[in-house]
Amino acid sequence: MDTLRVLVCDDETGMRIGVERALRHYSVQVPDVNGEVHFAVEQAESAERALELIDVSPPEILLLDLKLPGMSGIDLLERIGPRHLETLVIMISAYASIDAAVRATKQGAYDFLAKPFTPAELKDTLKEAAEHLILARQAKKLALEKRRVRFEFISVVAHELKAPINAIDGYLKIMATHAAGDDPAVYARMTERCMTRIAGMRKMIEDLLDLTRIESGQKVRELVELDACEVARTAMDTALPSAQARGIALELHAAAPIPMTADRGELEIIFNNLVSNAVKYNRDNGRVDVFVEETAGRVRITVKDTGIGIRQEDVSKLFNDFVRLKNEETKNVLGSGLGLSIVKKLAVTYGGGVSVTSEPGTGSTFTVTLNCAPFATPA
Amino acid sequence: MTEQAKTILLVDDDEDFLFQQKVQLEAIGFRVITAGSKAEALRVIAGSRPDLVIVDLMMEEMDAGFTVCHTVKTKDESIPVIMCTGVVGETGLEFDAVTDEEQAWVKADVLLSKPVRFEQLKREIDRLLAS
Ligand SMILES: Nc1ncnc2c1ncn2[C@@H]1O[C@H](COP(=O)(O)OP(=O)(O)OP(=O)(O)O)[C@@H](O)[C@H]1O
Ligand SMILES: [Mg+2]
Repeated sequence: MDTLRVLVCDDETGMRIGVERALRHYSVQVPDVNGEVHFAVEQAESAERALELIDVSPPEILLLDLKLPGMSGIDLLERIGPRHLETLVIMISAYASIDAAVRATKQGAYDFLAKPFTPAELKDTLKEAAEHLILARQAKKLALEKRRVRFEFISVVAHELKAPINAIDGYLKIMATHAAGDDPAVYARMTERCMTRIAGMRKMIEDLLDLTRIESGQKVRELVELDACEVARTAMDTALPSAQARGIALELHAAAPIPMTADRGELEIIFNNLVSNAVKYNRDNGRVDVFVEETAGRVRITVKDTGIGIRQEDVSKLFNDFVRLKNEETKNVLGSGLGLSIVKKLAVTYGGGVSVTSEPGTGSTFTVTLNCAPFATPA
Repeated sequence: MTEQAKTILLVDDDEDFLFQQKVQLEAIGFRVITAGSKAEALRVIAGSRPDLVIVDLMMEEMDAGFTVCHTVKTKDESIPVIMCTGVVGETGLEFDAVTDEEQAWVKADVLLSKPVRFEQLKREIDRLLAS
Protein backbone atom coordinates (compact mmCIF):
# COMPACT_ATOMS: atom_id res chain seq x y z
CA MET A 1 0.00 0.00 0.00
CA ASP A 2 1.11 3.50 -0.81
CA THR A 3 -0.03 6.79 0.67
CA LEU A 4 0.37 10.04 -1.21
CA ARG A 5 0.50 13.27 0.76
CA VAL A 6 -1.80 15.97 -0.58
CA LEU A 7 -1.52 19.57 0.55
CA VAL A 8 -4.55 21.71 -0.20
CA CYS A 9 -3.84 25.42 -0.12
CA ASP A 10 -6.98 27.56 -0.28
CA ASP A 11 -8.28 30.45 1.81
CA GLU A 12 -11.83 29.07 1.80
CA THR A 13 -12.26 26.76 4.76
CA GLY A 14 -15.17 24.99 3.07
CA MET A 15 -13.02 24.11 0.09
CA ARG A 16 -10.24 22.65 2.25
CA ILE A 17 -12.64 20.60 4.33
CA GLY A 18 -14.45 19.44 1.20
CA VAL A 19 -11.23 18.13 -0.30
CA GLU A 20 -10.27 16.47 2.95
CA ARG A 21 -13.64 14.71 3.13
CA ALA A 22 -13.69 13.62 -0.49
CA LEU A 23 -10.27 12.00 -0.25
CA ARG A 24 -10.41 10.57 3.27
CA HIS A 25 -11.71 7.15 2.23
CA TYR A 26 -10.75 7.31 -1.39
CA SER A 27 -8.21 4.97 -2.87
CA VAL A 28 -7.15 4.15 -6.40
CA GLN A 29 -5.71 1.14 -8.16
CA VAL A 30 -2.67 1.96 -10.21
CA PRO A 31 -1.79 -0.49 -12.97
CA ASP A 32 1.49 -2.34 -12.39
CA VAL A 33 1.45 -1.57 -8.68
CA ASN A 34 0.39 -4.06 -6.06
CA GLY A 35 -2.21 -2.74 -3.68
CA GLU A 36 -4.06 0.53 -3.48
CA VAL A 37 -2.95 4.10 -3.28
CA HIS A 38 -4.45 6.27 -0.52
CA PHE A 39 -4.33 10.00 0.12
CA ALA A 40 -3.44 11.88 3.30
CA VAL A 41 -4.64 15.48 3.19
CA GLU A 42 -3.02 18.45 4.93
CA GLN A 43 -4.42 21.97 4.84
CA ALA A 44 -2.96 25.45 4.47
CA GLU A 45 -5.11 28.58 4.54
CA SER A 46 -2.48 30.76 2.86
CA ALA A 47 0.50 30.50 0.53
CA GLU A 48 2.75 31.57 3.41
CA ARG A 49 1.54 28.68 5.53
CA ALA A 50 1.88 26.29 2.59
CA LEU A 51 5.46 27.41 2.08
CA GLU A 52 6.24 26.61 5.73
CA LEU A 53 4.78 23.11 5.36
CA ILE A 54 6.54 22.51 2.06
CA ASP A 55 9.85 23.52 3.57
CA VAL A 56 9.46 20.95 6.31
CA SER A 57 8.54 18.17 3.93
CA PRO A 58 7.26 18.61 0.39
CA PRO A 59 3.95 16.84 -0.34
CA GLU A 60 3.52 14.61 -3.36
CA ILE A 61 0.54 16.57 -4.62
CA LEU A 62 -0.25 20.26 -4.11
CA LEU A 63 -3.77 21.51 -4.76
CA LEU A 64 -3.22 25.23 -5.09
CA ASP A 65 -5.68 28.09 -5.36
CA LEU A 66 -4.57 30.84 -7.71
CA LYS A 67 -6.17 33.71 -5.83
CA LEU A 68 -5.03 33.95 -2.26
CA PRO A 69 -4.81 36.86 0.16
CA GLY A 70 -1.17 37.87 0.52
CA MET A 71 1.13 35.77 -1.58
CA SER A 72 -0.69 34.40 -4.65
CA GLY A 73 -0.60 30.85 -5.90
CA ILE A 74 1.66 31.77 -8.80
CA ASP A 75 4.03 33.60 -6.46
CA LEU A 76 4.18 30.50 -4.32
CA LEU A 77 5.02 28.37 -7.35
CA GLU A 78 7.78 30.77 -8.27
CA ARG A 79 9.09 30.69 -4.72
CA ILE A 80 9.28 26.91 -4.47
CA GLY A 81 10.55 26.85 -8.03
CA PRO A 82 12.61 23.86 -9.03
CA ARG A 83 13.37 22.94 -5.43
CA HIS A 84 10.55 20.48 -5.15
CA LEU A 85 10.39 18.81 -8.48
CA GLU A 86 8.77 15.75 -6.95
CA THR A 87 5.67 17.73 -6.07
CA LEU A 88 2.91 17.55 -8.60
CA VAL A 89 0.92 20.81 -8.67
CA ILE A 90 -2.76 21.04 -9.56
CA MET A 91 -4.16 24.59 -9.78
CA ILE A 92 -7.70 25.18 -8.53
CA SER A 93 -9.31 28.38 -9.61
CA ALA A 94 -12.67 29.88 -10.40
CA TYR A 95 -11.68 32.13 -13.28
CA ALA A 96 -8.21 31.17 -14.39
CA SER A 97 -7.24 33.68 -17.01
CA ILE A 98 -5.30 32.34 -19.96
CA ASP A 99 -2.38 34.44 -18.81
CA ALA A 100 -2.42 32.96 -15.29
CA ALA A 101 -2.74 29.46 -16.70
CA VAL A 102 0.28 29.98 -18.93
CA ARG A 103 2.34 31.36 -16.06
CA ALA A 104 1.34 28.49 -13.78
CA THR A 105 2.18 25.93 -16.44
CA LYS A 106 5.56 27.58 -16.94
CA GLN A 107 6.16 27.12 -13.24
CA GLY A 108 5.46 23.45 -13.57
CA ALA A 109 1.75 23.11 -12.78
CA TYR A 110 0.59 19.68 -13.92
CA ASP A 111 -3.18 20.14 -14.20
CA PHE A 112 -6.08 22.56 -13.68
CA LEU A 113 -9.29 22.01 -11.84
CA ALA A 114 -11.95 24.67 -12.34
CA LYS A 115 -13.99 25.77 -9.32
CA PRO A 116 -16.56 24.73 -8.41
CA PHE A 117 -15.87 21.06 -8.88
CA THR A 118 -17.68 17.97 -7.71
CA PRO A 119 -16.01 15.35 -5.47
CA ALA A 120 -16.09 13.01 -8.47
CA GLU A 121 -14.15 15.49 -10.62
CA LEU A 122 -11.62 15.93 -7.83
CA LYS A 123 -11.21 12.19 -7.50
CA ASP A 124 -10.72 11.72 -11.24
CA THR A 125 -8.08 14.41 -11.33
CA LEU A 126 -6.25 12.92 -8.37
CA LYS A 127 -6.48 9.40 -9.76
CA GLU A 128 -4.74 10.56 -12.87
CA ALA A 129 -2.12 12.46 -10.85
CA ALA A 130 -1.48 9.41 -8.66
CA GLU A 131 -0.93 7.18 -11.69
CA HIS A 132 1.43 9.72 -13.16
CA LEU A 133 3.41 9.98 -9.91
CA ILE A 134 3.68 6.26 -9.27
CA LEU A 135 4.67 5.43 -12.82
CA ALA A 136 7.27 8.20 -12.83
CA ARG A 137 8.61 6.89 -9.55
CA GLN A 138 8.86 3.37 -10.94
CA ALA A 139 10.56 4.55 -14.08
CA LYS A 140 13.09 6.40 -11.95
CA LYS A 141 13.73 3.36 -9.78
CA LEU A 142 14.20 1.20 -12.85
CA ALA A 143 16.58 3.69 -14.42
CA LEU A 144 18.64 3.82 -11.23
CA GLU A 145 18.76 0.05 -11.00
CA LYS A 146 19.82 -0.20 -14.63
CA ARG A 147 22.56 2.30 -13.99
CA ARG A 148 23.75 0.43 -10.93
CA VAL A 149 23.89 -2.87 -12.82
CA ARG A 150 25.74 -1.23 -15.68
CA PHE A 151 28.33 0.40 -13.44
CA GLU A 152 28.86 -2.82 -11.55
CA PHE A 153 29.36 -4.63 -14.83
CA ILE A 154 31.84 -2.05 -16.07
CA SER A 155 33.83 -2.14 -12.87
CA VAL A 156 34.09 -5.93 -13.02
CA VAL A 157 35.17 -5.78 -16.67
CA ALA A 158 37.80 -3.20 -15.79
CA HIS A 159 39.07 -5.33 -12.96
CA GLU A 160 39.15 -8.48 -15.06
CA LEU A 161 41.16 -6.73 -17.77
CA LYS A 162 43.55 -5.19 -15.27
CA ALA A 163 44.68 -8.54 -13.88
CA PRO A 164 46.22 -9.89 -17.12
CA ILE A 165 47.63 -6.48 -17.98
CA ASN A 166 49.40 -6.33 -14.62
CA ALA A 167 50.83 -9.79 -15.22
CA ILE A 168 52.04 -8.97 -18.74
CA ASP A 169 53.40 -5.63 -17.56
CA GLY A 170 55.36 -7.46 -14.85
CA TYR A 171 56.90 -9.86 -17.35
CA LEU A 172 57.82 -7.12 -19.82
CA LYS A 173 59.59 -5.11 -17.12
CA ILE A 174 61.62 -8.14 -16.10
CA MET A 175 62.51 -8.86 -19.73
CA ALA A 176 63.39 -5.24 -20.46
CA THR A 177 65.77 -5.02 -17.52
CA HIS A 178 66.99 -8.58 -17.88
CA ALA A 179 66.22 -8.98 -14.19
CA ALA A 180 65.81 -12.75 -14.23
CA GLY A 181 69.38 -13.83 -14.79
CA ASP A 182 70.86 -15.41 -17.86
CA ASP A 183 68.84 -18.57 -18.51
CA PRO A 184 67.05 -18.14 -21.87
CA ALA A 185 64.54 -20.85 -20.91
CA VAL A 186 63.23 -18.58 -18.15
CA TYR A 187 62.62 -15.80 -20.66
CA ALA A 188 60.95 -18.20 -23.08
CA ARG A 189 58.59 -19.26 -20.32
CA MET A 190 57.78 -15.61 -19.62
CA THR A 191 56.93 -14.99 -23.24
CA GLU A 192 54.70 -18.03 -23.18
CA ARG A 193 52.85 -16.77 -20.08
CA CYS A 194 52.34 -13.37 -21.71
CA MET A 195 50.77 -15.05 -24.71
CA THR A 196 48.54 -17.19 -22.51
CA ARG A 197 47.30 -14.12 -20.63
CA ILE A 198 46.72 -12.27 -23.89
CA ALA A 199 44.74 -15.25 -25.23
CA GLY A 200 42.65 -15.15 -22.05
CA MET A 201 41.98 -11.47 -22.55
CA ARG A 202 41.01 -12.02 -26.15
CA LYS A 203 38.63 -14.80 -25.15
CA MET A 204 37.06 -12.51 -22.58
CA ILE A 205 36.60 -9.72 -25.09
CA GLU A 206 34.97 -12.15 -27.51
CA ASP A 207 32.68 -13.38 -24.73
CA LEU A 208 31.78 -9.79 -23.91
CA LEU A 209 30.90 -9.14 -27.53
CA ASP A 210 28.76 -12.30 -27.62
CA LEU A 211 27.03 -11.16 -24.45
CA THR A 212 26.24 -7.69 -25.73
CA ARG A 213 25.01 -9.12 -29.00
CA ILE A 214 22.66 -11.51 -27.24
CA GLU A 215 21.43 -8.92 -24.77
CA SER A 216 20.94 -6.09 -27.19
CA GLY A 217 19.17 -8.45 -29.55
CA GLN A 218 20.80 -6.60 -32.42
CA LYS A 219 22.51 -9.51 -33.99
CA VAL A 220 20.60 -10.86 -36.92
CA ARG A 221 20.05 -14.54 -36.35
CA GLU A 222 20.96 -16.67 -39.30
CA LEU A 223 18.50 -19.47 -38.87
CA VAL A 224 19.31 -22.59 -40.81
CA GLU A 225 18.32 -26.21 -40.77
CA LEU A 226 21.22 -28.04 -39.21
CA ASP A 227 22.20 -31.23 -37.47
CA ALA A 228 22.87 -30.59 -33.77
CA CYS A 229 25.18 -33.63 -33.64
CA GLU A 230 27.39 -32.16 -36.30
CA VAL A 231 27.78 -28.93 -34.34
CA ALA A 232 28.60 -31.02 -31.27
CA ARG A 233 31.30 -32.78 -33.25
CA THR A 234 32.82 -29.46 -34.36
CA ALA A 235 32.99 -28.24 -30.76
CA MET A 236 34.56 -31.47 -29.61
CA ASP A 237 37.19 -31.23 -32.33
CA THR A 238 38.03 -27.75 -31.09
CA ALA A 239 38.51 -29.07 -27.56
CA LEU A 240 40.45 -32.15 -28.64
CA PRO A 241 44.01 -30.77 -28.40
CA SER A 242 43.63 -29.56 -24.83
CA ALA A 243 41.83 -32.78 -23.90
CA GLN A 244 44.54 -34.96 -25.42
CA ALA A 245 47.25 -32.99 -23.66
CA ARG A 246 45.79 -34.20 -20.37
CA GLY A 247 44.75 -37.68 -21.48
CA ILE A 248 41.03 -36.85 -21.36
CA ALA A 249 38.76 -38.92 -23.59
CA LEU A 250 35.93 -37.18 -25.50
CA GLU A 251 32.99 -39.20 -26.76
CA LEU A 252 29.81 -38.23 -28.59
CA HIS A 253 26.72 -40.37 -28.03
CA ALA A 254 24.11 -39.71 -30.68
CA ALA A 255 22.09 -42.26 -32.54
CA ALA A 256 21.17 -40.31 -35.65
CA PRO A 257 21.30 -36.77 -37.02
CA ILE A 258 19.16 -34.41 -34.97
CA PRO A 259 17.66 -31.74 -37.19
CA MET A 260 16.82 -28.35 -35.72
CA THR A 261 16.44 -24.73 -36.75
CA ALA A 262 19.14 -22.61 -35.17
CA ASP A 263 21.91 -20.12 -35.68
CA ARG A 264 25.00 -22.27 -36.13
CA GLY A 265 27.27 -19.75 -34.37
CA GLU A 266 25.03 -19.63 -31.33
CA LEU A 267 24.75 -23.40 -31.08
CA GLU A 268 28.53 -23.62 -31.36
CA ILE A 269 28.91 -21.15 -28.50
CA ILE A 270 26.73 -23.38 -26.32
CA PHE A 271 28.63 -26.56 -27.16
CA ASN A 272 32.04 -24.92 -26.99
CA ASN A 273 31.46 -23.52 -23.52
CA LEU A 274 30.08 -26.74 -22.07
CA VAL A 275 32.72 -28.97 -23.63
CA SER A 276 35.61 -26.65 -22.81
CA ASN A 277 34.46 -26.44 -19.19
CA ALA A 278 34.15 -30.21 -19.01
CA VAL A 279 37.78 -30.45 -20.15
CA LYS A 280 39.14 -27.52 -18.13
CA TYR A 281 37.59 -28.66 -14.86
CA ASN A 282 38.36 -32.35 -15.37
CA ARG A 283 41.07 -34.49 -13.83
CA ASP A 284 43.94 -35.87 -15.88
CA ASN A 285 42.92 -39.02 -17.78
CA GLY A 286 39.25 -38.28 -17.18
CA ARG A 287 36.30 -38.52 -19.58
CA VAL A 288 33.82 -36.21 -21.23
CA ASP A 289 30.62 -37.73 -22.62
CA VAL A 290 28.34 -35.67 -24.80
CA PHE A 291 24.76 -36.81 -25.44
CA VAL A 292 22.45 -35.20 -27.98
CA GLU A 293 18.84 -36.42 -28.00
CA GLU A 294 15.51 -35.27 -29.34
CA THR A 295 12.18 -35.72 -27.61
CA ALA A 296 8.87 -34.04 -28.37
CA GLY A 297 10.27 -31.17 -30.38
CA ARG A 298 13.07 -30.45 -27.93
CA VAL A 299 16.77 -31.08 -28.26
CA ARG A 300 18.51 -32.16 -25.09
CA ILE A 301 22.27 -31.67 -24.84
CA THR A 302 24.03 -33.38 -21.94
CA VAL A 303 27.71 -32.90 -21.19
CA LYS A 304 29.00 -35.19 -18.48
CA ASP A 305 32.48 -35.01 -17.02
CA THR A 306 34.56 -36.84 -14.42
CA GLY A 307 36.05 -33.66 -13.04
CA ILE A 308 36.33 -31.72 -9.81
CA GLY A 309 32.57 -31.20 -9.43
CA ILE A 310 30.75 -28.25 -7.91
CA ARG A 311 29.50 -27.85 -4.36
CA GLN A 312 25.73 -27.64 -4.03
CA GLU A 313 25.86 -24.13 -2.52
CA ASP A 314 27.80 -22.83 -5.53
CA VAL A 315 25.49 -24.25 -8.19
CA SER A 316 23.05 -21.33 -8.15
CA LYS A 317 25.80 -18.74 -8.69
CA LEU A 318 27.44 -20.34 -11.74
CA PHE A 319 25.19 -18.86 -14.37
CA ASN A 320 25.78 -15.23 -13.42
CA ASP A 321 28.21 -12.95 -15.24
CA PHE A 322 31.86 -13.22 -14.14
CA VAL A 323 31.28 -15.93 -11.57
CA ARG A 324 34.29 -18.18 -11.13
CA LEU A 325 34.68 -20.57 -8.25
CA LYS A 326 37.95 -20.02 -6.47
CA ASN A 327 39.59 -23.06 -4.97
CA GLU A 328 42.73 -25.06 -5.11
CA GLU A 329 41.68 -27.01 -8.16
CA THR A 330 40.53 -24.05 -10.24
CA LYS A 331 43.14 -21.46 -9.38
CA ASN A 332 45.41 -22.19 -12.32
CA VAL A 333 42.57 -22.53 -14.83
CA LEU A 334 42.12 -19.37 -16.85
CA GLY A 335 38.69 -18.02 -17.67
CA SER A 336 36.53 -14.98 -17.30
CA GLY A 337 33.40 -16.53 -15.80
CA LEU A 338 31.19 -15.50 -18.70
CA GLY A 339 30.81 -18.85 -20.46
CA LEU A 340 27.90 -20.31 -18.51
CA SER A 341 26.05 -17.01 -18.31
CA ILE A 342 26.19 -16.83 -22.11
CA VAL A 343 24.99 -20.43 -22.40
CA LYS A 344 22.04 -19.68 -20.16
CA LYS A 345 21.03 -16.51 -21.99
CA LEU A 346 21.23 -18.28 -25.33
CA ALA A 347 19.25 -21.29 -24.11
CA VAL A 348 16.51 -18.98 -22.92
CA THR A 349 16.26 -17.31 -26.32
CA TYR A 350 15.77 -20.81 -27.79
CA GLY A 351 12.84 -21.37 -25.46
CA GLY A 352 14.85 -23.63 -23.22
CA GLY A 353 17.15 -23.61 -20.23
CA VAL A 354 20.17 -25.10 -18.55
CA SER A 355 20.60 -27.17 -15.40
CA VAL A 356 23.39 -28.95 -13.61
CA THR A 357 23.86 -31.87 -11.25
CA SER A 358 27.21 -32.40 -9.64
CA GLU A 359 29.11 -34.40 -7.07
CA PRO A 360 32.29 -32.77 -5.75
CA GLY A 361 35.29 -34.94 -6.57
CA THR A 362 33.30 -37.14 -8.94
CA GLY A 363 32.03 -34.99 -11.78
CA SER A 364 29.35 -32.72 -13.16
CA THR A 365 26.57 -33.07 -15.71
CA PHE A 366 25.29 -29.99 -17.53
CA THR A 367 22.02 -30.31 -19.42
CA VAL A 368 20.75 -27.77 -21.95
CA THR A 369 17.34 -28.07 -23.58
CA LEU A 370 16.40 -26.12 -26.69
CA ASN A 371 13.33 -25.97 -28.87
CA CYS A 372 13.90 -27.63 -32.25
CA ALA A 373 12.06 -24.82 -33.99
CA PRO A 374 12.30 -21.95 -31.52
CA PHE A 375 11.39 -19.08 -33.79
CA ALA A 376 8.68 -20.72 -35.84
CA THR A 377 5.64 -18.53 -36.23
CA PRO A 378 2.35 -20.42 -36.25
CA ALA A 379 0.96 -20.41 -39.78
CA MET B 1 77.28 -13.73 -2.15
CA THR B 2 79.80 -15.21 0.21
CA GLU B 3 77.50 -16.48 2.94
CA GLN B 4 74.99 -19.27 2.32
CA ALA B 5 71.98 -18.21 0.30
CA LYS B 6 68.97 -17.19 2.41
CA THR B 7 65.68 -18.96 1.80
CA ILE B 8 62.51 -17.03 1.08
CA LEU B 9 59.06 -18.60 1.13
CA LEU B 10 56.79 -16.89 -1.39
CA VAL B 11 53.04 -17.47 -1.02
CA ASP B 12 50.50 -16.27 -3.58
CA ASP B 13 47.67 -17.82 -5.57
CA ASP B 14 48.59 -15.72 -8.60
CA GLU B 15 50.80 -17.96 -10.69
CA ASP B 16 52.31 -15.07 -12.62
CA PHE B 17 53.12 -13.03 -9.53
CA LEU B 18 54.86 -16.08 -8.00
CA PHE B 19 56.90 -16.70 -11.11
CA GLN B 20 57.92 -13.07 -11.52
CA GLN B 21 59.08 -12.56 -7.96
CA LYS B 22 60.78 -15.94 -7.85
CA VAL B 23 63.00 -15.41 -10.89
CA GLN B 24 63.98 -11.94 -9.77
CA LEU B 25 64.79 -13.02 -6.22
CA GLU B 26 66.81 -15.94 -7.53
CA ALA B 27 68.69 -13.62 -9.87
CA ILE B 28 69.94 -11.66 -6.86
CA GLY B 29 71.02 -14.76 -5.00
CA PHE B 30 68.12 -15.96 -2.85
CA ARG B 31 66.81 -19.46 -2.67
CA VAL B 32 63.06 -19.34 -3.24
CA ILE B 33 60.34 -21.80 -2.28
CA THR B 34 56.92 -21.05 -3.75
CA ALA B 35 53.50 -22.00 -2.42
CA GLY B 36 50.34 -21.44 -4.44
CA SER B 37 47.86 -21.72 -1.61
CA LYS B 38 47.45 -21.40 2.12
CA ALA B 39 47.49 -25.17 2.58
CA GLU B 40 50.71 -25.53 0.61
CA ALA B 41 52.32 -22.70 2.60
CA LEU B 42 51.37 -24.30 5.90
CA ARG B 43 52.91 -27.59 4.78
CA VAL B 44 56.18 -25.83 3.91
CA ILE B 45 56.25 -23.96 7.22
CA ALA B 46 55.59 -27.16 9.16
CA GLY B 47 58.57 -28.89 7.56
CA SER B 48 61.18 -26.13 7.29
CA ARG B 49 62.31 -22.76 8.54
CA PRO B 50 62.52 -20.10 5.82
CA ASP B 51 64.55 -16.97 6.58
CA LEU B 52 61.76 -14.73 5.39
CA VAL B 53 58.16 -15.10 4.21
CA ILE B 54 56.33 -13.04 1.58
CA VAL B 55 52.60 -13.70 1.56
CA ASP B 56 49.57 -12.41 -0.28
CA LEU B 57 46.70 -11.41 1.99
CA MET B 58 43.81 -12.58 -0.18
CA MET B 59 43.92 -16.04 -1.62
CA GLU B 60 41.04 -18.53 -1.79
CA GLU B 61 39.79 -17.00 1.41
CA MET B 62 39.73 -13.29 2.09
CA ASP B 63 42.19 -13.51 4.99
CA ALA B 64 44.32 -16.55 4.14
CA GLY B 65 47.40 -14.32 4.46
CA PHE B 66 46.68 -13.69 8.12
CA THR B 67 46.56 -17.40 8.89
CA VAL B 68 49.90 -17.97 7.16
CA CYS B 69 51.41 -14.99 8.93
CA HIS B 70 50.11 -16.12 12.29
CA THR B 71 51.44 -19.65 11.79
CA VAL B 72 54.89 -18.34 10.87
CA LYS B 73 55.04 -16.04 13.89
CA THR B 74 53.81 -18.77 16.23
CA LYS B 75 56.52 -21.09 14.98
CA ASP B 76 59.27 -18.51 15.23
CA GLU B 77 58.64 -14.90 16.11
CA SER B 78 61.95 -13.86 14.56
CA ILE B 79 61.06 -14.86 10.97
CA PRO B 80 60.20 -11.60 9.16
CA VAL B 81 56.94 -11.54 7.20
CA ILE B 82 56.11 -9.22 4.32
CA MET B 83 52.43 -9.11 3.49
CA CYS B 84 51.35 -8.06 0.00
CA THR B 85 47.86 -6.90 -0.61
CA GLY B 86 45.66 -5.66 -3.35
CA VAL B 87 43.01 -4.87 -0.77
CA VAL B 88 43.43 -1.12 -0.77
CA GLY B 89 41.56 0.30 -3.71
CA GLU B 90 40.34 -3.12 -4.69
CA THR B 91 37.62 -3.63 -2.15
CA GLY B 92 37.58 -0.09 -0.82
CA LEU B 93 38.88 -1.40 2.50
CA GLU B 94 41.42 0.86 4.13
CA PHE B 95 44.28 -1.12 5.42
CA ASP B 96 47.68 -0.24 6.80
CA ALA B 97 50.00 -1.68 9.40
CA VAL B 98 50.86 1.64 10.98
CA THR B 99 49.69 1.75 14.58
CA ASP B 100 51.29 -0.62 17.08
CA GLU B 101 47.91 -2.05 17.87
CA GLU B 102 47.19 -2.87 14.25
CA GLN B 103 50.71 -4.15 13.73
CA ALA B 104 50.26 -6.54 16.64
CA TRP B 105 47.07 -7.83 15.13
CA VAL B 106 48.30 -8.16 11.57
CA LYS B 107 51.62 -9.53 12.82
CA ALA B 108 53.34 -8.81 9.53
CA ASP B 109 56.53 -6.74 9.66
CA VAL B 110 55.84 -4.90 6.45
CA LEU B 111 52.73 -4.36 4.37
CA LEU B 112 53.14 -3.71 0.65
CA SER B 113 50.28 -2.93 -1.70
CA LYS B 114 50.06 -4.57 -5.11
CA PRO B 115 51.30 -4.12 -7.75
CA VAL B 116 54.55 -4.55 -5.83
CA ARG B 117 57.63 -2.80 -7.21
CA PHE B 118 60.52 -5.21 -7.06
CA GLU B 119 62.99 -2.51 -6.00
CA GLN B 120 60.87 -1.77 -2.98
CA LEU B 121 60.43 -5.43 -2.15
CA LYS B 122 64.18 -5.92 -2.35
CA ARG B 123 64.82 -2.94 -0.07
CA GLU B 124 62.45 -4.29 2.56
CA ILE B 125 63.96 -7.78 2.35
CA ASP B 126 67.49 -6.39 2.79
CA ARG B 127 66.39 -4.28 5.74
CA LEU B 128 64.54 -7.12 7.48
CA LEU B 129 67.33 -9.65 6.96
CA ALA B 130 69.99 -7.21 8.16
CA SER B 131 68.32 -6.50 11.49
N1 LIG C 1 32.26 -28.86 -15.76
C1 LIG C 1 32.56 -28.16 -14.66
N2 LIG C 1 33.06 -28.78 -13.55
C2 LIG C 1 33.36 -28.07 -12.45
N3 LIG C 1 33.25 -26.73 -12.34
C3 LIG C 1 32.77 -26.05 -13.40
C4 LIG C 1 32.40 -26.72 -14.61
N4 LIG C 1 31.95 -25.81 -15.49
C5 LIG C 1 32.04 -24.62 -14.85
N5 LIG C 1 32.54 -24.76 -13.61
C6 LIG C 1 32.74 -23.69 -12.61
O1 LIG C 1 31.88 -22.62 -12.95
C7 LIG C 1 32.60 -21.42 -13.15
C8 LIG C 1 31.94 -20.61 -14.24
O2 LIG C 1 32.08 -21.24 -15.51
P1 LIG C 1 32.13 -20.36 -16.83
O3 LIG C 1 32.21 -21.26 -18.01
O4 LIG C 1 30.99 -19.39 -16.76
O5 LIG C 1 33.44 -19.53 -16.66
P2 LIG C 1 34.98 -19.92 -16.87
O6 LIG C 1 35.11 -21.28 -17.45
O7 LIG C 1 35.66 -19.66 -15.58
O8 LIG C 1 35.44 -18.81 -17.90
P3 LIG C 1 35.03 -18.67 -19.45
O9 LIG C 1 34.22 -17.42 -19.52
O10 LIG C 1 36.32 -18.52 -20.13
O11 LIG C 1 34.25 -19.87 -19.84
C9 LIG C 1 34.01 -21.88 -13.49
O12 LIG C 1 34.95 -20.89 -13.13
C10 LIG C 1 34.15 -23.13 -12.65
O13 LIG C 1 34.54 -22.81 -11.35
MG1 LIG D 1 33.97 -21.76 -19.23
